[in-house]
Amino acid sequence: MIEPRIEHPAYTLHHPRWLRQHVSTYWWLSKPSYLAFILREISSVFVAWTIVYLLLAAGAVSQGAVAYADFLDWSSAPAVLTLNVISVGFLVFHAVTWFNLAPQAMVIHAGGRRVPGAVIAASNYAAWAIATALIAWLLLRRG
Amino acid sequence: MRDRITAQSRSTDHITDHITLQVTRYRPEIERETTMQTYEVPCPKDWVILDGLNYVKDRIDGTLSYRWSCRMGICGSCGMTVNGEPKLTCATFLSEYAPGPVRIEPLRHFPIVRDLVVEIGDFMRKLTSVKPWIIRDREREKPLSDGEYLQTPDEMHEYKQFSMCINCMLCYSACPIYGLEPSFIGPAAIALAQRYNLDTRDQGAEERLAVLSEHAGIWGCTFVGECTKVCPKNVDPAGAIQRYKLQAAVESLKSYFMPRGSR
Repeated sequence: MIEPRIEHPAYTLHHPRWLRQHVSTYWWLSKPSYLAFILREISSVFVAWTIVYLLLAAGAVSQGAVAYADFLDWSSAPAVLTLNVISVGFLVFHAVTWFNLAPQAMVIHAGGRRVPGAVIAASNYAAWAIATALIAWLLLRRG
Repeated sequence: MRDRITAQSRSTDHITDHITLQVTRYRPEIERETTMQTYEVPCPKDWVILDGLNYVKDRIDGTLSYRWSCRMGICGSCGMTVNGEPKLTCATFLSEYAPGPVRIEPLRHFPIVRDLVVEIGDFMRKLTSVKPWIIRDREREKPLSDGEYLQTPDEMHEYKQFSMCINCMLCYSACPIYGLEPSFIGPAAIALAQRYNLDTRDQGAEERLAVLSEHAGIWGCTFVGECTKVCPKNVDPAGAIQRYKLQAAVESLKSYFMPRGSR
């Protein structure tokens, strides 16, 4: 039996010529949800800064009234104030986006049933509100 | 025959508007980059994107290449990028994009073979690497005469969502991590690994964890969450991956604190 002769176009002789697709450097600008993701990732830098700022505050308090007054002066400088205002914005964004994602990562069973996602998210927000109220009460009770 | 086709297409013309498809072409024998070709197709209310492409293939340009099979959202072949979003073209209505034009590109992040056809070997290899089948410990297998391994509806409910995956790869196309880091094992493969891990009949979780706890496994994911948004079967791969991370972290803590007693 004679083998049928198969005509190949030149490009399939060794390997088809695949075209590799590349991701643009600005891929995160191509969709609002990608941008929200990148902002959420960047927010961790501001979370870190907030921790550093709180440690500085605690250090100033421990060094006495003069050091604390200096710290307050430094905090009211426009640059520090601006940074802190931006940080608060990013902290809220960080908390809200993560709380909204929590139901996807957490599967909790209670009484043989799976706890609905809305309840998990709501309990995160409730814990946040309670913690905030507790801190507010600690700070304001003497005033 | 020819007259009949013309008559048919004319009858379609009368009852519907038209819409322009801007289709990506890549013909490796004549070009080194993709080009865009526009086709004018009818746009009846009940036509999906795939109907438009089939119209092009049948009536306008037989050289257009794309994959499709079932036309009912279960084979997972017809995934393409429609106006920048990964979509199953058999489950996306043309009229949603009226008055057009509609941009139809191949799935992102995969090498293009021709026109809208992408090379899926990478995904297939990753899929098998997570062993998406029921693994049993042979020595502890009960004899056939004892019957099947039974499962309650609640136990089935635990993994059923992940078992709906049709391997359409829309999640890979939506995942920027996969685009930037091609070694990342990806959403669908991890969701399918989780499907078997959560199955009460399965005993292969440890074997799968060896593959998935590597850097290119679950830890490659930064929870962009797009995979879940584009999934046509509501599989929620992002959720599967985060749950897996939690499980892997607990396992490693266990082996750290209880080196011998963890298993």
